[in-house]
Amino acid sequence: MNGVSTAKFSLIAIAIGAAVMAFAHWFNVDYLYFASYTILQFIVLATAWNILGGYCGYVNFGSAAFFAMGAYSSVFMHKFYPLPIPVLIMISAVVTGVAGLGMGYLTLRLRGSFFAIATLALAVVLQTLVVNWDYVGGSRGAYIIRPESLEFAGITINYIEYLFGLMLALAVLALVTARVIERSQLGFGFATIRDDELAAEACGVPTLRVKLIATTISGAFMGMAGAPFPYYIGYLQPSSAFGLEYAVNSIAMPMIGGTTSWVGPLVGAILLGSAQQYATVTISSAVNLLIVGLMLVAFVIIAPNGLIGLVQERLRAWRKP
Amino acid sequence: MSALLHVDNITKRFGGFVALDGVELMVNPGERLGLIGPNGSGKSTLVNCICGTLQNESGSVRFDGQVMDGLAAHQRTHRGIARSFQLPRPFHSMNLVDNLRIPLLYTVHARLGPLRSTGDLDARCLELLEMVGLAKKAKQMPRDLTQVEMRKLELARAMAAEPKLLIADESMAGLSHSEIEDILALLVQLNERGITVILIEHIMSAVMSFSQRLAVLVSGKKIADGKPEDVVRDPEVVRAYIGQ
Repeated sequence: MNGVSTAKFSLIAIAIGAAVMAFAHWFNVDYLYFASYTILQFIVLATAWNILGGYCGYVNFGSAAFFAMGAYSSVFMHKFYPLPIPVLIMISAVVTGVAGLGMGYLTLRLRGSFFAIATLALAVVLQTLVVNWDYVGGSRGAYIIRPESLEFAGITINYIEYLFGLMLALAVLALVTARVIERSQLGFGFATIRDDELAAEACGVPTLRVKLIATTISGAFMGMAGAPFPYYIGYLQPSSAFGLEYAVNSIAMPMIGGTTSWVGPLVGAILLGSAQQYATVTISSAVNLLIVGLMLVAFVIIAPNGLIGLVQERLRAWRKP
Repeated sequence: MSALLHVDNITKRFGGFVALDGVELMVNPGERLGLIGPNGSGKSTLVNCICGTLQNESGSVRFDGQVMDGLAAHQRTHRGIARSFQLPRPFHSMNLVDNLRIPLLYTVHARLGPLRSTGDLDARCLELLEMVGLAKKAKQMPRDLTQVEMRKLELARAMAAEPKLLIADESMAGLSHSEIEDILALLVQLNERGITVILIEHIMSAVMSFSQRLAVLVSGKKIADGKPEDVVRDPEVVRAYIGQ
């Protein structure tokens, strides 16, 4: 995969995205859209988390806060001045990107578990704010009646298919961004921060600025994942937007897939997301977090570097007999 | 000749403990300076204050005609101060080539603009590894290196930033005699290319053969500065090392 240029990779990613879209359209079952939307949303969240958590080594427990901030930006705009969802996604990206920058500025002096606790605190503070903010529904929550379908250039599109398409595009964008970063000067800078910040500074890496870029990009993508959520769910309340499952999943998915490359969060999100969707239908949605917990424990024991790490290890062993 | 580095009366405190107490030090361009002192005398603190890892409370550090006070470590690296760490701190997740790529990407590019293509970068990394005799291990990870190789990598990485001043902080501690010779030869070779070197070391034979000038720190104060032969005979230095 090393030789594939960014342009080619983007084209391949878009082509795969289009193929998935075409397949879903041909299948045309609403439930498929509903289920895959969630998985795609987790691909975006996991990829976003990985930009800070995997590449830089800063564990963010506040993913739910960014996701919810994105969702509530949409609710706010919906009430204030309704706009098409792609515009809402961009607004959310700006809002949560700035929030990421601010959080980074306040907390990046902390390392390891202290940083993680600070991000968790951010989620609690924001949830309290939203619960007490009447305009966006407060603790009652907010209803958003989404239309059945959407007219676009004379074609009628099923609304859930539209949401699915948007999230698919976001997932492609997130993955391409992650891969571009990985191969760039910025990606090398991220890796030095994960390895040794003092040595990074001595090599001329402006560590604070590089970390702020990471928190901003990571935050923006989490917000973008959350922006269409109120339209998807129809009724948004603080406890669902700030749900524990977002924080836990966006950490668990990259961990299970592997944190050092863009493939890890993708594989982790598909695997864990599908398992959860399957469990939701067959057993109960309450089993979801149990599945995450069990899989996380299993992977920490079997493959501490995630699935990607496991495959790479096997390949290396196989090449070097 | 104006000094390349001028440490002007700097003081650094950790709480109530005075680690550096009005230290004054001048280093001329192209010079090889040895800096010695008993454990805890403030040598590493001085290095950290020069490099920007720590900020001195009073006094100032001037380098190449510019005041360094308040600048972060990476900004000082950009201006030409490089250091190696007492305990090697390689980037563990990267192979040796990529370890050297970082200062090239972040310092040399920042200074000269993005002049190098990926091919040039790779070539420059290999050249640096060649210089320290690690070219054969270019694709290996730092964990595969021996202690002396790790020190060499540390020096190569400092050199990759194309500095004017190199501060080698105890880069020979724990090495065997022949390994010390290796590192010394490397440092002399770098100095001959025009790089000013400050060597911080406990191994006196190495310091004596390397240094053109010797400075001695004791309890955060500089107590001697001059020709190595004279400094080691200085009664105050002898007292600091051996006792009354």
